[in-house]
Amino acid sequence: MAEELLRERFEIQGRNFDTAGEVSGEIKVILRDLGLDAGCIRRLVIVSYEGEMNVVMYADRGTLTLILTDEDVGLEIIDDGPGIPDIDLALQEGYTTASDEMRELGFGFGMGLPNMRRNSDEFRIESKVGRGTSVFAKVRLNPHG
Amino acid sequence: MTLAEIRDLLECEVLSGENDLSFDIQHVVASDGMSEILAFAKSKELMVTGLMNILSIRTADIAGVAAVLYCRGKFPDKKVVEFARSKGIPVLVTKMGMFDICGLLYNRGLKGVS
Repeated sequence: MAEELLRERFEIQGRNFDTAGEVSGEIKVILRDLGLDAGCIRRLVIVSYEGEMNVVMYADRGTLTLILTDEDVGLEIIDDGPGIPDIDLALQEGYTTASDEMRELGFGFGMGLPNMRRNSDEFRIESKVGRGTSVFAKVRLNPHG
Repeated sequence: MTLAEIRDLLECEVLSGENDLSFDIQHVVASDGMSEILAFAKSKELMVTGLMNILSIRTADIAGVAAVLYCRGKFPDKKVVEFARSKGIPVLVTKMGMFDICGLLYNRGLKGVS
């Protein structure tokens, strides 16, 4: 059983593109200060950033919880957004429901969820239409890091 | 190529990181889509983009690129440049379009990432 070393919960403000990404920037600093392997940090913050952007784009609010154990770094990203009707379809590269505004900001090209899955060692989405979406992701710590 | 050589080749104005342009760049990632940058950047590339908002610098920081080059002569807001400075990310601007930038850099031996 992995030993939990750190658990920190962050609020994500939906629809606010000025502060979008701040949580992931903060997580990058936290993990770097803890001395984690750079490759592991990079993968984790890409998952965090894409997840954070999804909350900002689609939900009014959400939370992101960072969980560090002696085996991996985990993320739980939970929002009150519209939910995903077809998760398999949403995970296909290029599939998007983004608005023009989102694309003008450089996001919503149908690569966010695939990027999150690609950079995770464990990845799971739960979603209910009209209720929200929860994403659970883990990146294993580099044993040589 | 060093970032200083890239500055000269592409006739760039340097908005951030002017104190050290001596480091070597071997790979380039070019897109206006931030998820594409995140998907393909491995680390220490030159990021070429036409997207000028604060998320371009946030993406550069998360992706771990070495420097950001804005194309088509568009200048970012002051707060974008200040944010780049706070993250230690060099920012350059050129009047050239993305196609010409990529062609010139490719001719000088730089490679893309995939």
